[in-house]
Amino acid sequence: MHASVRPAVSLNITPTQTGSMSREPLSALPMRMNINKVNFYYGAKQVLFDISLGVATSRVTALIGPSGCGKSTLLRTLNRLHETVRNARLEGEILLDGQSILAQDVTQLRRRVGMVFQRPNPFPKSIFDNVAYGLRINGSKLPIGEAVEKSLRHAALWDEVKDHLHKSAHELSGGQQQRLCIARALAVEPEVLLLDEPCSALDPISTAKIEELLVQLRELCTIVIVTHNMQQAARVSDFTAFLLTGQLIEFSPTPQLFTTPGDPRTEAYITGRFG
Amino acid sequence: MERHFERDLNELKERLLWMGSLAERAVHQAVHSVLDSDEQLAKRVLDEEDAINELQIEIDDRVVQLLALHQLMATDLRLVLAVSRINNDLERIGDQAVNIAQSAVRILRHPRVKPYVDLPRMSEVAEEMMREALNALVRRDVELAQKVLAMDDQVDHYRDQIFRELLTYMMGDSSVVFPAFELILVAKNLERIGDHATNIAEDVIYMVQGQDVRHPTVDRR
Repeated sequence: MHASVRPAVSLNITPTQTGSMSREPLSALPMRMNINKVNFYYGAKQVLFDISLGVATSRVTALIGPSGCGKSTLLRTLNRLHETVRNARLEGEILLDGQSILAQDVTQLRRRVGMVFQRPNPFPKSIFDNVAYGLRINGSKLPIGEAVEKSLRHAALWDEVKDHLHKSAHELSGGQQQRLCIARALAVEPEVLLLDEPCSALDPISTAKIEELLVQLRELCTIVIVTHNMQQAARVSDFTAFLLTGQLIEFSPTPQLFTTPGDPRTEAYITGRFG
Repeated sequence: MERHFERDLNELKERLLWMGSLAERAVHQAVHSVLDSDEQLAKRVLDEEDAINELQIEIDDRVVQLLALHQLMATDLRLVLAVSRINNDLERIGDQAVNIAQSAVRILRHPRVKPYVDLPRMSEVAEEMMREALNALVRRDVELAQKVLAMDDQVDHYRDQIFRELLTYMMGDSSVVFPAFELILVAKNLERIGDHATNIAEDVIYMVQGQDVRHPTVDRR
């Protein structure tokens, strides 16, 4: 073999990140949101118990756990969506950039903390108007057309819809509708994007597109995702919180939680030996 | 309820342990073919090598299937990764045993260089390392695995001693160069078997605790 055909290899090896995954400890990162000692009740029934965790800026935080563990409830408290439920009561403190979310105007808060739901729920309007809707209400720095294009590009949907922006959003496939909902949420440039099981109604190819999108969107905003799918949490998130019967059992960097969990209950859940 | 993937995992462990026992036997027979000047025993080691190689391929296939079909996590993931690495170590141990048996056949063509004193001691330590590494695997015993790690220095020490001694013989009498050189190769192969047992012990610690104890000087950030 000719030695010259081998590429020059630098021996100056530095530790690299594994794929898109962060290996940095949470304590080294700035926090976009802080959840401090949150207890939550539906009427007399307590569903969250003394939850404290930090949501790191420009990272993906996943909430996992079995059905009824409180992960969606916790997600909904982050933009005060729980307030739409009668008899729901929150104790404790949730901070966004150091300010209590409870002290803010709720409309303003929901602009800063956007939400994408399990089932795609586009408005019965055109693709363009779906994205432009929030921009018209909140105002836009860019001309509306440009802002719509930018959001659709960020949601990796632009190339598929650019030639028929005025068709009804309901003509899109489920996966496209979900990306449209993400584009709609991104249009108002939120600091945090909450996603509640965003892929549970989608096929594997649409799911893969959304997952890829989430990894890229980290650059743009902080993401919190609730998912039933542990492999999805493992693939897209930097930090994972495991909840069980309303309690936070473990919160760790994702690679650590899925290879060497610290709590036997986490171990039992992620290896499928639960209950 | 035992799920089918747990059954697959258990079968994987059983096949690996079976391979371990074949490798142990190969080393024991190979060493004794040298120590007891037993050519038949050496030939048996050569004949039995295929069984170990076939198991390596079978275990690799099982590992690939488990990884492809089940999204393994935590202890399950660590177990399968450890099995995959130990599989390679056991196959290499089988190769070292074959090397020793081949040396035995060549050594037997010459008169004995000297009475074997350190070689049986060295082989006892290397075989014990292997046995205890496999016991640590079965019992998920980190303490025992650490004991194996500590034994590696003894094997290295015997290798150095045997090298030195045989070199003296070779310098004194050129007619012993060929068998003495083969004995040096035997010691070298035994030392490598100790290294593979060390690798197995390290994998057991990783499997049980999730802690990578290899190369302690490497910065793992």
